[in-house]
Amino acid sequence: MSEAELAARSPPPQSAPAAPVVVARDLSIDFGSMVALSDVSLSFTHGDFVSLIGPSGCGKTTLLRAVADLVPPSRGSLMVNGMTPGDARRARSYGYVFQAPALYPWRSVERNVMLPLEIMGLPKAEQRRRAAHYLGLVGLGDFARKFPWQLSGGMQQRASIARALSFEPALLLMDEPFGALDEITRDGLNLHLHELWRRSGLTCVFVTHSIPEAVFLSTRIVVMSPRPGRVIEIIESDLPAERDLDMRESAEFLRVAHRVREALRAGHSYD
Amino acid sequence: MTIALVSLLLTIAALWAMARLSRSDTRTARLATPAIFGLLLIWLWQAAVMGFHIPRILLPAPTEVVSALFSHTAMLRRDFVQTFVRSVIPGYVIGCGFGFLAALAIDRSAFLKRGLLPLGGLISAMPIVGVAPIAVMWFGFGWQSKAAVVVAMTIFPMLVNTTAGLAESGALERDLMTSYAAGYWLTLLKLRLPAALPHIFTALKLNSTLALIGAVVAEFFGSPVFGMGFRISTAAASLNLDVVWATITIAALTGSLSFALLALAERAVTFWHPSFRNPS
Amino acid sequence: MTREQSGLRRAVDTAFPVFVVAVAAVVLWYAISAIIGTALLPRPDQVAATLGTSVFGWPVTSPRNLLYHAGVTAEAALVGLAFAIVLGVAIAVGIVHFRVLDRSLMPWVIASQTIPILAIAPMVVVVLGNLGLSGLPPKAAISGYLAFFPIVVGMVTGLRAPDSIQFDLMRTYSASGQQVFAKLRLPASVAFLFPALRVSVALSVMGAIVAELPTGAQAGLGARLLAGSYYGQTLMIWATLVMAALLSASLLGVTALAEAGLRAWRGGRL
Repeated sequence: MSEAELAARSPPPQSAPAAPVVVARDLSIDFGSMVALSDVSLSFTHGDFVSLIGPSGCGKTTLLRAVADLVPPSRGSLMVNGMTPGDARRARSYGYVFQAPALYPWRSVERNVMLPLEIMGLPKAEQRRRAAHYLGLVGLGDFARKFPWQLSGGMQQRASIARALSFEPALLLMDEPFGALDEITRDGLNLHLHELWRRSGLTCVFVTHSIPEAVFLSTRIVVMSPRPGRVIEIIESDLPAERDLDMRESAEFLRVAHRVREALRAGHSYD
Repeated sequence: MTIALVSLLLTIAALWAMARLSRSDTRTARLATPAIFGLLLIWLWQAAVMGFHIPRILLPAPTEVVSALFSHTAMLRRDFVQTFVRSVIPGYVIGCGFGFLAALAIDRSAFLKRGLLPLGGLISAMPIVGVAPIAVMWFGFGWQSKAAVVVAMTIFPMLVNTTAGLAESGALERDLMTSYAAGYWLTLLKLRLPAALPHIFTALKLNSTLALIGAVVAEFFGSPVFGMGFRISTAAASLNLDVVWATITIAALTGSLSFALLALAERAVTFWHPSFRNPS
Repeated sequence: MTREQSGLRRAVDTAFPVFVVAVAAVVLWYAISAIIGTALLPRPDQVAATLGTSVFGWPVTSPRNLLYHAGVTAEAALVGLAFAIVLGVAIAVGIVHFRVLDRSLMPWVIASQTIPILAIAPMVVVVLGNLGLSGLPPKAAISGYLAFFPIVVGMVTGLRAPDSIQFDLMRTYSASGQQVFAKLRLPASVAFLFPALRVSVALSVMGAIVAELPTGAQAGLGARLLAGSYYGQTLMIWATLVMAALLSASLLGVTALAEAGLRAWRGGRL
């Protein structure tokens, strides 16, 4: 755990061969007779920011939930940090950010961030220290004593990111975390998330159906298609590591976005 | 000894069957599990009465209750007619009807709504059955006084729930009606009453239980020499517990059947409500 | 400052219409008693005078004091309520955690809300009397039995209230069953416990009063109602009814205070 943490905290490896964080081999997942995910093979390495993009029903959320051991694989294999997803979950090796903030309304923002730390049995002082640190990191330092429903939607989602970071996992799984927010708030949060990732060296897996969002954030973009959910193409982004919002109008950004759009279209012409 | 052994075996078998059934999600399993549980309880009751020789004045066996149901049919029917047909039904209809109309009346005044609703809610939480002795003084020992108690008990739940229901329709839907130039009554009929139906049914179902309680308890205060409340209190006093249990059985069946009928009607009328929609 | 003012404004906005309607009800009461005669419907001031004499004219321990009777009834209601809460919460926890209980017991708990349970009151009193239990136990038993069902239903709903992503969240922390219960289910259920508790408080008072009817009991509001009914003491009946309403209202008030306290502690929401 601590070794993995150390590796994760170092800057994204450029030359050294990186250890795989998530490896899927011919992974399929069925819900009854419905095939949600079909023969997916991929591998994410330390420091990657991976976006899973595709239309509704392409299995991107299912893939993320499988990594989190929230749904069991039906066939094929899936390893997280070299363990089964279940062992990885029990080792508390990832933080998960849901589509909704899922903050507990009866806890203050600070105590929401402390929730996983309470469950993992950290000392009270350390819980407080970490809550203050990570709330500061997402720009909510002044809102610790507020209750979630007194915050805007964007702030709530930031609090839930602070909660996912608070126990310092090396892997952050995010399921359309900004899907319910307006575009302006979303831009701000994307920039915030990008800087967080840059500074921490986290491995992120991010589900979205927004092309600009995926291109802006990612080092790799996994394009998926529905019925049954499968991977169309994995696009390696050659954008510079340091990014800002203005970059979204640059030629290289638009070129990557175009490749994603072409891949999505290829997935659709299959129907 | 044999009874104890049979009971033990039956209990184990029933527990096993329920554990198996509760893993299945079919309709049959959902109905069979509580049915087995109920039958097991009735068997254990019977076995306990027989095995421990529990005196009849404490607890009659289920078989004795059933035989009382059959040997006193005429008397029990007369009690049922007096209490349910003559007291509960008229009282329920008048109480619910009046509560509904009162809700329509106060709905046009925001001031009245703000004044009446908290009071109505508070009154609903009061032990209203206590007005029974007053009702007996005013309307005599007959069914009229029982019906009056039922009216008193049912009126406020209906008033409060209907008012809440009338506030249910959203601003968007109301704007739509306004854009059609629909007036107050048309909006009420086409939009607000349908939207209020789930709340109205909540009150109707709640009131069906309250009405039965009101009529039965009112008879404890004075009644002619028949009626379900009268029967329960006098038969209990004279230790004819089989008759008491028989009457309670009838009261329970009446209550659940009334409730079930209302629930069916609700399902038919408010099928569109999220609580009835199938998640498919 | 402005916030306090708007709070005061809101309080006046709610209290004023209630006050006006209450005054109108009293005026209506006067009018009706003037029409049908005070023998059938005593005037509010007569009822108030009877209540006042009873409460202030006699020591609290005297059977002539309605507070004494209210105390007897309240004791039964509260003992019953306490048992109902303990047992109701325990059974709800069982139902939420064991599928067998959910499938076998829960349908009966729900169905029992549709039957007039209060009808068993005379029998419970007689049977427990035969076992040598009279006075408080049968009354508390009936109160508790009535109050039990809403608490089970409310708690089962509350313990199941968190949505699936909140449970998923606990799973990603690989929280134990106990942790899920203590940190998620139980805190979430509080919002559902209080509405159930209000219903149960009202039922427990009603149960205690009705349980006093068949005992030939000398004490308690129910006994007082029955005595008034036997001897045609209209004023006594009305005064007792008002006392019963006050008892119910004050127990509901205590519940509301507890709820408000918890609400304040949770920043204004349950």
